[in-house]
Amino acid sequence: MADLFSKFDPIIQQRETLLETGLTDPFNLVMEKVESPTVAICNGRRTILLGTYNYMGMTFDPDVIAAGKQALDDFGSGTTGSRVLNGTYAGHRAVEEALKDFYAMDHAMVFSTGYQANLGVISTIAGKEDYIVLDIDSHASIYDGCALGNAQIVPFRHNDLDALEKRLKRIPEGAGKLVVLEGVYSMLGDIAPLKEMVAIAKANGAMVLVDEAHSMGFIGDNGRGVAEAQGIIDDVDFIIGTFSKSVGTVGGFCVSNHPKFEILRLVCRPYVFTASLPPSVVATAATSIRKLMHSADKRAHLWENSRRLHAGLKQLGFQLGTDEPQSAIISVIMPDLETGAAMWEALLNEGLYVNLARPPATPAGMTLLRCSLCALHSSEQVGEILGMFTAAGRATGCIS
Amino acid sequence: MSDRQQTYAKVLGLIEPFNKKGVAITEGTRFAQDLEWDSLTVLDFVANVEDEFDVLISMNMQAEIETVGQLVDALERLAAARGS
Repeated sequence: MADLFSKFDPIIQQRETLLETGLTDPFNLVMEKVESPTVAICNGRRTILLGTYNYMGMTFDPDVIAAGKQALDDFGSGTTGSRVLNGTYAGHRAVEEALKDFYAMDHAMVFSTGYQANLGVISTIAGKEDYIVLDIDSHASIYDGCALGNAQIVPFRHNDLDALEKRLKRIPEGAGKLVVLEGVYSMLGDIAPLKEMVAIAKANGAMVLVDEAHSMGFIGDNGRGVAEAQGIIDDVDFIIGTFSKSVGTVGGFCVSNHPKFEILRLVCRPYVFTASLPPSVVATAATSIRKLMHSADKRAHLWENSRRLHAGLKQLGFQLGTDEPQSAIISVIMPDLETGAAMWEALLNEGLYVNLARPPATPAGMTLLRCSLCALHSSEQVGEILGMFTAAGRATGCIS
Repeated sequence: MSDRQQTYAKVLGLIEPFNKKGVAITEGTRFAQDLEWDSLTVLDFVANVEDEFDVLISMNMQAEIETVGQLVDALERLAAARGS
């Protein structure tokens, strides 16, 4: 009998080699206790969290928690059903209303995760004769949405305007076109030139979908994302987002002004054939989204944190993913997986958690230490973080 | 030279700058296994092929193309489709 698992042997081998050196497994961390959006207990030790997507620190917001508890009491622990059958409660409608208000758009559709939102919308709207033109560095959920559907998939070099335009112009006349972009690319924390890209897409008759998962809540005057910040949100046909980052719970969504948008509720399989979010989750999400509309002070502090960490790490001599801070993600580029894992462990021993990111998640085979800031990191914590990077960087020889 | 031979010659020229290991290229040479190209190299190479022949080679098509000869065949088909 051929072992179906033998195809995983190379990665099993790589993992064993890495762990044989005595390193802590970077992909198996357990948080024993979570004290706040910025602090958890890991291996019995107080650890500053610099690798979550809790950008706006909403997970322990008292109003959010209260809304969740109330919904548990009033509606129970789960819906046990699809949105189109018995899985739409008042709370699901309420969170969709909150999204429509947040984005000032006509329609909002909530999925059980952000992954499913991309999977569902992309695979459903682009059919067999259509073309999807996407950035090569797109998130796995976008690629999986492409794979689930039947459209022709055409990638172009990351953030390359000419490459996008050339490909759009070569698509056969009359074919449907969907350009898929992200506001913030989550591995390096860089943003897309959406203004120019959306203009190119529109000039070539394409619809545009932008994933704003890593920008919601703090980029743009109203926190609507990079498309808002660059002044072209009205030209974007579909915005995909998530509740598992700034909103602070789990779930995904698509907002749109397309007049026929609501039909997706009947034809989108990843929406129909799965259970809807629990009442407590949609209640916390709705409360959080409405609070995010009025969070200018927190946004300003998050940006201050991002600028300070970026400047500090640069000064220490680390190589960063962007020349300037463009989002709440600051990526430190490591020379290889071994050094990255050693540095990750040294930081953990200092009391700091960051994400170790490696291929296939990262572009160009890079190993990254990904730092994501929170609006609730205090100025003192950012200072502590820089101290920890100094100590760990010197201990591992990453900086002198 | 036939059209196909011309296409093959052009493809060889486009492979050259990415053939870092100096592999001797035949129609049977496989891009992934023999040339050991990673996804970014493939993206750059495909972009060059697309520009040279003014065609679009979708990922769906790329999935069916393993060897140099198969790429030449695909380009011939694209040219024929456009001519018809």
